Amino acid sequence: MSTLPAELFETPPFDLERGIEGRSPWQLAWERLRRDRVALACLVVIVLITVIALAAPLFVYLTGHGPNEEFQTTGLTPEGLPRGPSSTFLFGTDSLGRDVLVRVIYGARISLLSGVLASSAAVLIGVLVGLVGGYFGGFVDTLLARLMDVVLSFPFLLFAIALVSIVGPGLWISIVVIAFFSWASVGRVVRGQTLTLREREYVEAARSLGAGDLRIMFVDILPNLIAQVIVYLTLLIPAAVVFEATLSFLGLGVVPPTATWGNMLSDSLGYYRVAWWYVLFPGSALLITTLAFNLLGDSVRDAFDPRGERLFRR
Amino acid sequence: MNAAGTGRDGVLLRAEGVVKHFAVGRRWFLPHSGAVVQAVDGVSLEVRRGETLGLVGETGCGKSTLGRCLTRLYDLTAGRVEFDGHDISALSRRQMRPYRRRLQLIFQDPYGSLNPRRRIGSIIGDPFAIHGVAEGRERTRQVQELMELVGLNAEHYNRFPSEFSGGQRQRIGIARALALRPELVICDEPVSALDVSIQAQIVNLLADLQSELGLTYVFIAHDLSVVRHVSDRIAVMYLGKIVEIADARTLFERPRHPYTAALLSALPVPDPDVADARQRILLSGDVPSPVDPPSGCRFHPRCPKAREECSLREPALEARGGDSPRHQTACHFPIAEGDELALAAHAEPPGAGA
Repeated sequence: MSTLPAELFETPPFDLERGIEGRSPWQLAWERLRRDRVALACLVVIVLITVIALAAPLFVYLTGHGPNEEFQTTGLTPEGLPRGPSSTFLFGTDSLGRDVLVRVIYGARISLLSGVLASSAAVLIGVLVGLVGGYFGGFVDTLLARLMDVVLSFPFLLFAIALVSIVGPGLWISIVVIAFFSWASVGRVVRGQTLTLREREYVEAARSLGAGDLRIMFVDILPNLIAQVIVYLTLLIPAAVVFEATLSFLGLGVVPPTATWGNMLSDSLGYYRVAWWYVLFPGSALLITTLAFNLLGDSVRDAFDPRGERLFRR
Repeated sequence: MNAAGTGRDGVLLRAEGVVKHFAVGRRWFLPHSGAVVQAVDGVSLEVRRGETLGLVGETGCGKSTLGRCLTRLYDLTAGRVEFDGHDISALSRRQMRPYRRRLQLIFQDPYGSLNPRRRIGSIIGDPFAIHGVAEGRERTRQVQELMELVGLNAEHYNRFPSEFSGGQRQRIGIARALALRPELVICDEPVSALDVSIQAQIVNLLADLQSELGLTYVFIAHDLSVVRHVSDRIAVMYLGKIVEIADARTLFERPRHPYTAALLSALPVPDPDVADARQRILLSGDVPSPVDPPSGCRFHPRCPKAREECSLREPALEARGGDSPRHQTACHFPIAEGDELALAAHAEPPGAGA
């Protein structure tokens, strides 16, 4: 008989204070996500974009080109057209002789900021409204559910145009508009889940222990929703990025000369025949960012899938 | 044990005419829409300090609803519940809090009653957190003590419910219920979701804890053999009402209500000769819907002894035919001593065999 390898009999280091620790759903999801190559690639791309956006001033320093600086002589052809990619302007220049590379990088700041802020705000509102409506039910629920229906049936662009014509365009107003149009879909999902979760026996157990409504909502129900909320958040971010680009494309978002991907795309429209780089780079930046977030969202959903309770190798 | 309770004559819990109706399909803007399920309909009972009261009946007879009414998880439609001499039937949730510590519930489903996203330590620590009793290390220590009390490994403190078996999970539920040293524990079918081999362990654990901590139990089950093992007294429920209540021994030896007799005759007997010799009372039909219960005695459509009076007048729950006041039956024609239940033939509907 062959002897069993010795490491089988070694017990893992044991911390008496913590006891034997089970792996949390977070740890299990992370284990699954780590084995997902697509998710990892997307994560790398997202981290890269974020780092580049944060380090935008560094690129100004390296290239010596400010984001709104116009290079009338070096940046434009004698005919006054944008110059193509070269060693001085890696991504070429735009119609005013500005460096497209630096502007794409500065545009990433706006896109990520509005994407993350607007979708976080939307998730926060959606979770609160859904949780309150689903948990209390009855009149409150009917009111909030109808409110969500109203918001979801609003024509987004008409509302945005009307609001901007009153308040005036800007980054913050775009974020508010995007959040306002995104929270209701989160709210619906959370409400539906809360409706089923509040009937669980462990909620009844908490009630029989004397727990209050707030404690039941946030300690007993919310942790069971959080996985879905995270998935929603990762899918809302790209949607918000596209929303923001749409608004600035239409001149309803961030005001020029501040660089945003939407602004750049709308400026480039008249030049796409002569300056392909002018359209291609901001467009690709938008595409890559939203694609990475969307694919990551899909993987996160798979990783939190309750059917994958145990860890399987793909 | 708790030295002599303040409640009169040692009664810890008293229910008087407890009624619980559920509105089904009712919308808040149409107060009279939908139907009404009469889950519990006028139940009165007393639980004395230190005893175990068994509560049996078929699925859907309202025993779990009654348990939740007694702990005020449900608001009563009518009637009153007294705990240790205090009327708790109309208290608000806030006013109810001090009683929550003394009145606990153990749930049927060991899977559904533990939050899958939380660690065992924090689940068992919940009562301490909610009532602000013990903090930090002291709480951890008390939780681990509780885990050992119910026969769990205290090192499993940081595990999740999904990492435990059904029996272990039920122990977790018991630990949580006992955390604040309650006086009365309502066990809502605590073993019916478990394997038979595990049932005995949990029943014995509950019995040990009772003598160790001086607990009073209301033990809800649909399995008479389990209830017989643990109960001092047993109440039999049918369609939202108690039809018979007696000392466990008396109930098993001299059942008075035909429904009790039918339940008892369905118990498995280990000796095949005895089993063959015994008459089985087969009830015809299903339990009627509690939305529209039968008139008079609710059992009359299925009762082998039913006469006309049974469908007209509702029998009161009282001592019948020279029984002691401890043995009460709600039946106009209770089974008398030596009454051969020549009922089997009658009770089996023609052509219902196979």
